[in-house]
Amino acid sequence: MSDLQSPASAAGKATDEAPTESTAGANAPSATAKAGRSFLPQSTLPRHLLVLALSAVFAVVLLEVSSPYQNSQIATLSYYAIAAGGLTVLTGMNGQISLGHGALMAAGAYTTALFLDADEPLPLPLILLASVVVATAVGALVGVAAARLHGPYLAGATLALAVGLPGLAIYFHDIFGGEQGMRVRAPQAPDAFESFIETVSGNAASSTKWLAYVGVICLLITYFFLANLVRSRIGRTWRAVRDQEVAAELAGINLGAWRVLAFVVSAAAAGLAGGVLAIVVRLAAPSGFTLVLSLALLTAIVIGGLGSLLGALLGSALLVFLPPFVTNLGADFGLNGTEAAQLAPFVYGVVLIVAMIFAPAGFVGTIRLRRMTAKAKRASAAQAKAAGSNGG
Amino acid sequence: MDYFVNVTLTGLTQGMIYSAFALALVLIWRSTRIVNFAQGSMAAATTFIALALIQAGQSYWVALIVALLSGFLLGAVVERVIIRPVEGGPELNAVIVTLGLFVAIQALIAIVFGSSFQSFPTPFGVRGFEVGGSTIPLTPTSLYVIGSVLITMALLVALFRFTRIGLAMRASAFSQEVARLLGVKVGGMLTLGWGLAAVVGSLSGLLIAGGGFVYPAYMDSLIVFGFVAAIIGGLDSPVGAIVGGLILGLALSYVNGYVERGSALVSVAALVILIVVLLVRPGGLFSSTTARRA
Repeated sequence: MSDLQSPASAAGKATDEAPTESTAGANAPSATAKAGRSFLPQSTLPRHLLVLALSAVFAVVLLEVSSPYQNSQIATLSYYAIAAGGLTVLTGMNGQISLGHGALMAAGAYTTALFLDADEPLPLPLILLASVVVATAVGALVGVAAARLHGPYLAGATLALAVGLPGLAIYFHDIFGGEQGMRVRAPQAPDAFESFIETVSGNAASSTKWLAYVGVICLLITYFFLANLVRSRIGRTWRAVRDQEVAAELAGINLGAWRVLAFVVSAAAAGLAGGVLAIVVRLAAPSGFTLVLSLALLTAIVIGGLGSLLGALLGSALLVFLPPFVTNLGADFGLNGTEAAQLAPFVYGVVLIVAMIFAPAGFVGTIRLRRMTAKAKRASAAQAKAAGSNGG
Repeated sequence: MDYFVNVTLTGLTQGMIYSAFALALVLIWRSTRIVNFAQGSMAAATTFIALALIQAGQSYWVALIVALLSGFLLGAVVERVIIRPVEGGPELNAVIVTLGLFVAIQALIAIVFGSSFQSFPTPFGVRGFEVGGSTIPLTPTSLYVIGSVLITMALLVALFRFTRIGLAMRASAFSQEVARLLGVKVGGMLTLGWGLAAVVGSLSGLLIAGGGFVYPAYMDSLIVFGFVAAIIGGLDSPVGAIVGGLILGLALSYVNGYVERGSALVSVAALVILIVVLLVRPGGLFSSTTARRA
């Protein structure tokens, strides 16, 4: 995995030194140079809180200036990004591949659909929390099996999960509605939301807008948690398990338990994503959770850059905004409707192959590598200069 | 009793096809340590080539041979152009490349051949033989399926056992560096291995299509079941692939035949079987090597 590791592990030390320098004396000057360029606080929690607040403001502005159609696209983006964020923690941080996250999303989506179907539905946050709990339970079951497997065996087991689990929804059709699936009643926006929109922008508080806000709020909370987790002792342990099994074991790390934990965290994110999907799409049906969904999530995190939350977000944006663009392009070139619709997966596939062959670190990873190389060059040039002046 | 025999025979026939598909995966895994997730859509592509020929008035057998040859070509080209850059690299990269290939080829089929359901002919009848006035559940088509898979397996065994090329391929699968030092053109052997695997994969695609309907995603379930069969067998062992395919074929047939509304449970059953086998033996039933560390 060495190609992937360098950018992924760099995610955790973006503020650290360029890896070429290791002595304390050499570190000092470039640390001040770093502080000069970064306006964010050095310690983790305040920095993430600041980023969270800035992102929230940015999200409100974005949602208020965009059209209703773009609002619904942002809602779609939010559930892809939540699931992709969970997957990138699992695959990028802990090195376990999962082709079955679509099935975990299905667990979350059906839970939300069932709870909203009640005569007196619970408050929405509780329902989404229930989706997280159910998906976490499924994830823990799968995770126990997955912890013993690696590489292709794990890919195979999760592939079977992606294809098998929706079959249960068809078998228990009395509860889950069989092939047709379950219609989901869209939750009502609270009055506070309407007055909030009124004061912020004066726009009409439509139901689409409410769903987009729900999606974005879930997205921000998830990414805040995941970012903190990745920078904590837990994240470091995951990276140790991924990079050097034997060394990690010798350091007293229980490989299996940490792998299960990674799978559980990832499943929780997928469950929340499924819940958001259910209320945004207003349908939970087996046809919504095909293998293609699981593969699309994998595409997103690979193209964005494995192990990077920003990469997962960018990759998900590609999943949402690329298909309409490509489909229109296909129609312009004279393909008929169904052919043009197939053009998007074709482009996914080709992009996936090309990205893996030419830029396996993904979008974020490649840029980060470039920056680190440039920094290392500058540092070594400065040192050579200093050494030269000392000598002369 | 009749019903039991019927279900068992269906399971065996299906299991033979899973075995062939699993064998194709094992061939590639042994030589390049890559699981080819694109195997299914590559096979689907060649099946659609065969269908186009049949619709143009050619006979089934001409179409079969052209499809197998184009399968070989496709496999070889894919190995040379797309897989070579990621061979020997991180495990995950190769998995992702073959997944990308899977999605891209499937979409390409839909663009070129359309995504509607089309019926695919079979060269033999699908009515059971009559023995002593009663129809037994063995059809000429299932005999053809079982026979052609057995012949293919025999040819593969002969190739690997008794020919110099087979020996060279086994050497490059065993250790690339040693084989290279002994003068084997390892690159060529890998390409040949992918080509052969694609032929076997194409054959299983054509067999499962026979007498049914084809559409761009018709191989999806076969990918999953073939893959599960290969993993049950241990991914490393051709015998394991065949046994795994037969076990899976029989088990799924019984689930389908004896559980009420069992057809919805078939893929769940495959998942359960896979998980149970992997929990007992994480390397599959026929794994000989210990888990590789680091």
